Amino acid sequence: MREAFFLALALATGGAGAGWAETAVSAIGDAERGADIWIFCSGCHQIGPDAEIGIGPPLTGIFGRRAASVDGFPYSRSMTRAGRDGLTWTLETLDAYIENPRVLVSGTRMSFDGLEDAGERADLLAFLRVYSDKPSNIPEAAPTARADVPTLPPETLAIVGDRAYGEYLSSECTTCHQRDGSDKGIPSIVLWPEENFVLAMHAYRQKLRPHPVMQMMAGRLTDEEIAALAAYFGSLTP
Amino acid sequence: MTLNRRSFLGASLAAGAALSAPRAIGQARPRVVIVGGGAGGATAARYIAKDSQGAIDVTLIEPTRTYYTCFFSNLYLGGFRDFASIGHSYGALASGYGINVLHDWVIGVDRDARTVTTAAGHTLPYDRLIVSPGIDFVEGSVPGWDISAQNRMPHSWKAGSQTQLLKAQIEAMPEGGVFAMVAPPDPFRCPPGPYERVSMVAHVLKATNPTAKILILDPKASFSKQALFEEGWQRHYAGMVDRIGPDFGGANVSVNPEAMEVDIDGTVEKVDVCNVIPAQKAGRIAEIAGLTDDSGFCPIVPATMQSRMDETVFVLGDATIAGDMPKSGFSANSHAKVAAMQVRAALTGSTAFPAKYSNTCWSLIDTDDGVKVGASYAPTDEKIAKVDGFVSQTGEDAALRKATYEESVGWYAGITADMFG
Repeated sequence: MREAFFLALALATGGAGAGWAETAVSAIGDAERGADIWIFCSGCHQIGPDAEIGIGPPLTGIFGRRAASVDGFPYSRSMTRAGRDGLTWTLETLDAYIENPRVLVSGTRMSFDGLEDAGERADLLAFLRVYSDKPSNIPEAAPTARADVPTLPPETLAIVGDRAYGEYLSSECTTCHQRDGSDKGIPSIVLWPEENFVLAMHAYRQKLRPHPVMQMMAGRLTDEEIAALAAYFGSLTP
Repeated sequence: MTLNRRSFLGASLAAGAALSAPRAIGQARPRVVIVGGGAGGATAARYIAKDSQGAIDVTLIEPTRTYYTCFFSNLYLGGFRDFASIGHSYGALASGYGINVLHDWVIGVDRDARTVTTAAGHTLPYDRLIVSPGIDFVEGSVPGWDISAQNRMPHSWKAGSQTQLLKAQIEAMPEGGVFAMVAPPDPFRCPPGPYERVSMVAHVLKATNPTAKILILDPKASFSKQALFEEGWQRHYAGMVDRIGPDFGGANVSVNPEAMEVDIDGTVEKVDVCNVIPAQKAGRIAEIAGLTDDSGFCPIVPATMQSRMDETVFVLGDATIAGDMPKSGFSANSHAKVAAMQVRAALTGSTAFPAKYSNTCWSLIDTDDGVKVGASYAPTDEKIAKVDGFVSQTGEDAALRKATYEESVGWYAGITADMFG
């Protein structure tokens, strides 16, 4: 599936052909510029052969690794859940996580607001990739060439949700999620900032987030319906 | 909607005659009567009361004061839940939502007069009736068994004392004894339920009576989540579970409750526990009300959950012919939300949004080994049709199975809060 996706991508961008594999690797980004960005990460994360657990988990070999899989690191409940659900760090998922960590993993403890600039993310990913021991597992494509996940045109984010419609639609959510925001085995979805809610639901709809129930539920919601749910759940009083 | 004179009078009279809620003549609100307080009825009552904010008078009629959920009753059999944890009262629906909760049996429905009558002698008028009676058993479907044999050979397919009885019988089995299950033909409540039950019984026996055997007598060629259950039985309970399908006589079974024997296509076996789950039909009141067809279940309008027989009546849950949706508590809860919205729209003019339905069924195979199957549905003219779905895969890792089980525990908390407030 992923191979097919990247092949289609390569064809679409005209990058396919002899020598594509060699050139595409460097097209991820500039590892040297990435090292400058890494400074912001290194307060918490270590990388390299001797990296250990710090405030954050070591990032050596991060590509291809299951989320929340470093033994001994006290991951957040959300990250642990994402790992159990099958989240694996790839070029795509890392890029989305770095762009806005809470879109991919709602309750992550990583206190980093995200890196908006796609070029900077590409450079940082190129830097991280140097320290991954299985570069052959890395999809050979520029992260900036894939659709940014979740790809939301400004007009989608600008949709003003119909709260009343959201209230009706919410009844489908509250079969599992508690309306009072408590978490008894299924995460809270109330009082999220609307934009985060919208981005998270689109991440499920685009199957970037791994959970099959949520992929199915989000898969049949329209942009307007997602906005309506975000408006409703964002407005509940605790 | 405007009330016609007949229903207006009915509402006023009933308020004085039958129910304690005091109400002055002239303030009559449209009345909804809901028959059955399970996943369909309780959810519908709560949503109509909550969303109409007092504009609709809601009466919920349910015989039992404490409702034991069928879902998770297998986990009680397996020792994963205590009995009290699957019991729920109607206190919050009455006190927190202003619902008239009547613990009574509905014994008649007059659809021309728009009234229901109860065993205690009440006659309640309605503007809209919601019928969510669950299932009843088809008489004679397992030769030798009828409801009078339910203490010897429990069905335990309606949760409560039957579930406790079956658990006691399992615990009292002699060493190396035989637990037999007569599985039902399609369609029936909770398609993975019999096989989750077998898993839970095996879990108990493995710990307390490891030489005991489980025999499933099954009229169906295949069943829900079959690959997942068979993989799990092989992994956790190798050699304990034996299933006899229709190829080997599983569809030609009779029982003798007195002798504790089962006859499988002419071969008589002595058994120690026999869980007979008969063929099923809509709860009897649906039939009495004339809402069923030849199948024994109730045809509904897919977009609204209205009865095909009467547009002022809605039918929910296991009693319905719900197209591609399975008979489950999750499905009934999903039906209820669509019906609640339609009822409010009809009686108060609120907006009726397009129907969406969904279902997920979790099953537990052994400790921390949970699986699930689910789908989303949308109405067509003919039926409620499947849109998309998923099912757990064989060979999943232990962490994912544990997460699936933990998710089911969260779902139980979620749906019971959604039903009972």
